[in-house]
Amino acid sequence: MANMAQAIRMALHYAEENLGVTDVFGEDVGPPLGGAFTVTQGLRTAWNSPLDERGIIGCAIGLALAGQRPVAEIQFVDYIFNAVDLLKLAGNACWGCNGDWNLPMVVMTPVGSGIRGSIYHSHSFDATITHIPGWFAVMPSTPLDAYGLMLSACKQQNPVMYMPPKALLRTRGEELIPGEPGDDKQLAKMIDAPPPPADRSRWKPQWPELIPYEVPLGKAKLVREGTHLTVVSYGRTLPLCRKAAEQLQEEGISAEVIDLRTLWPYDWEAIRASVTKTGKVLFVNEDTEVTNFGEHLIRRTTADLFYQLLAPPQLLAGKFVPGIGLADSLELASVPQLPEIVAAVRALHALEP
Amino acid sequence: MSRPKLVSSKDAAQAQSLAPELLIQIHDLMVKARVLEERLIQMYKQGHGYFWIGGPGEEAFNVPLGLLVNKGRGLDHDFHHWHYRQSGTLLAMGEDPVGALRQMKNAASDPYSGGRNFAGHYSKREWNVCPVSSPIEVQYSMAPGTAMAQKRHGGDGITIVTGGDAGTAEGDFATCLVWSSRKGQELPVLIVVTNNRWGISTAYEGQHGETQISDRGRAFGIRCQTVDGNDPVQTYLALQEAITYVRKERKPFLMEAMVSRLYGHSSASGANFVGDEVDCLARFEKRLAEESVLTRELMDAVRKRWTDEIAEAARKVREEPLPDPESIWRHVYWEGGER
Repeated sequence: MANMAQAIRMALHYAEENLGVTDVFGEDVGPPLGGAFTVTQGLRTAWNSPLDERGIIGCAIGLALAGQRPVAEIQFVDYIFNAVDLLKLAGNACWGCNGDWNLPMVVMTPVGSGIRGSIYHSHSFDATITHIPGWFAVMPSTPLDAYGLMLSACKQQNPVMYMPPKALLRTRGEELIPGEPGDDKQLAKMIDAPPPPADRSRWKPQWPELIPYEVPLGKAKLVREGTHLTVVSYGRTLPLCRKAAEQLQEEGISAEVIDLRTLWPYDWEAIRASVTKTGKVLFVNEDTEVTNFGEHLIRRTTADLFYQLLAPPQLLAGKFVPGIGLADSLELASVPQLPEIVAAVRALHALEP
Repeated sequence: MSRPKLVSSKDAAQAQSLAPELLIQIHDLMVKARVLEERLIQMYKQGHGYFWIGGPGEEAFNVPLGLLVNKGRGLDHDFHHWHYRQSGTLLAMGEDPVGALRQMKNAASDPYSGGRNFAGHYSKREWNVCPVSSPIEVQYSMAPGTAMAQKRHGGDGITIVTGGDAGTAEGDFATCLVWSSRKGQELPVLIVVTNNRWGISTAYEGQHGETQISDRGRAFGIRCQTVDGNDPVQTYLALQEAITYVRKERKPFLMEAMVSRLYGHSSASGANFVGDEVDCLARFEKRLAEESVLTRELMDAVRKRWTDEIAEAARKVREEPLPDPESIWRHVYWEGGER
């Protein structure tokens, strides 16, 4: 099974060969490194940019205006904040000119905690990007979704923010990427650049015959069926929610788990259907909890499904502190981990009208 | 022993000239652009618009620029990333001034933004005019992208980016210099700074340490030049040379044009005529009369013709409806299918 980094790499390879992607670029994206997380190794159209995030987003906008199809990377989302007004510009370009221009561009940026990244390699971006209209925003939690969401993103006529969770880039899924050989070692030999100090200058990947697979933007995934309550999450916390649900099954708690996958425009129908069935919902993400995207989902749940609810909708999110501290104890205390999710599900289950 | 006679740059500029037909065309467009801006200001003052910003005082640079571009859609033509003082360029490219009036009135018929954006915030994909936005710097970071695509494509299409002197304090200006001058990866972009020596209410001296903004190009090996932007003959010739260089060499050129700001920053500062800056149109008309290219009567007739025509258009535009409130939901995403 491919890990998420390999899955994205294969998707980008497929996209540059078949979907018209012209440029995969950003800091350390091209050779020799091929991305801080190896996501862009061996890609034909990958190139290194200056260490200039505003330049990267600006260049992506320019390339898209000129009819190209760029995938621009911001190496860590923590460094995207000085380009936020360019993200706003990308989001309002089509609307502002009343539909004269459009921007088919993808910005890819690893998000979230889980690699002991301290204050500037642990940020989340879901609250911020869902506050910038005009974008699609996606966050995969499995390699196959990462592959399928990237193919959909690369076919879009609008800007797409593609946010792989850092903590999951090295994790493997339970499903094969269509076309991958199925043997981890064989895949690594084919598409992973030789690690340093090996000379990579003559290395060329041997891509498997990839088969397209699209995860449509705006479609959530029912990860686990349940009857007592609904847990809606995405990204790093999604596998933890799934694990919590499995664990609590033994206590007789039946939790339904939904992977939102696309944050905007999100799959309200999936949430509505599940919450209508269970009457209880917990939203889990790791962005800071004040003006959190989950708060919007709670507002909508409360407004639209009030009479179906059996308990107040809950949010488990990151603590509202300025950063995530480096020490294990600090990181674990700052963003939701398995024990807190288990406790939150248990507490929600215990609530009765 | 007689000393060699130095020809001052002023004399040299005066020695240059253009064909009389071209001078007359430039004059006509400068008047048209000035009359349009003055009509927009009047519309604002009469309550037919909420805000005015534009380029009166930059006509001697903006009109020649518009006459020299390769107009059209796609990579074989020039791409434009402008700031909000570029009416003269768009008119010189052949645009009907009624569009600017409609945008001022924020009418549904506004061809650039459908009543969504301020005056001077143009967009015209048919001619590669990228959407103008209010931030004073962002266009400088977008320009390398179109120029990169053009270089890859081949041909002689170039990217033209314009902004003001104050905007060069932003990092995006440095982005443009860095990204367009990387060795072996130089980009065909004409980087323009129209220097009116003001940043809203703050004078140039309070914002800049560099003597000339064009000097900043030297550190990057970018060809650069400062021109008298109040002289349309000098700007035409300088732009012609710079554009030819960018087209042929596929390398950047930084041009700083010293211009005037004849009605202040925007309507926020009153939009009243300032008497203490060079009026490029008055200066050009004096020269045209002295050189017997045009008589005062003919020039007055030109102004009257545009004044009447644009006033008549403004009267019609005043009756045009505002956009439908439901239209706010349109174009959040692209509605045009595959492009």
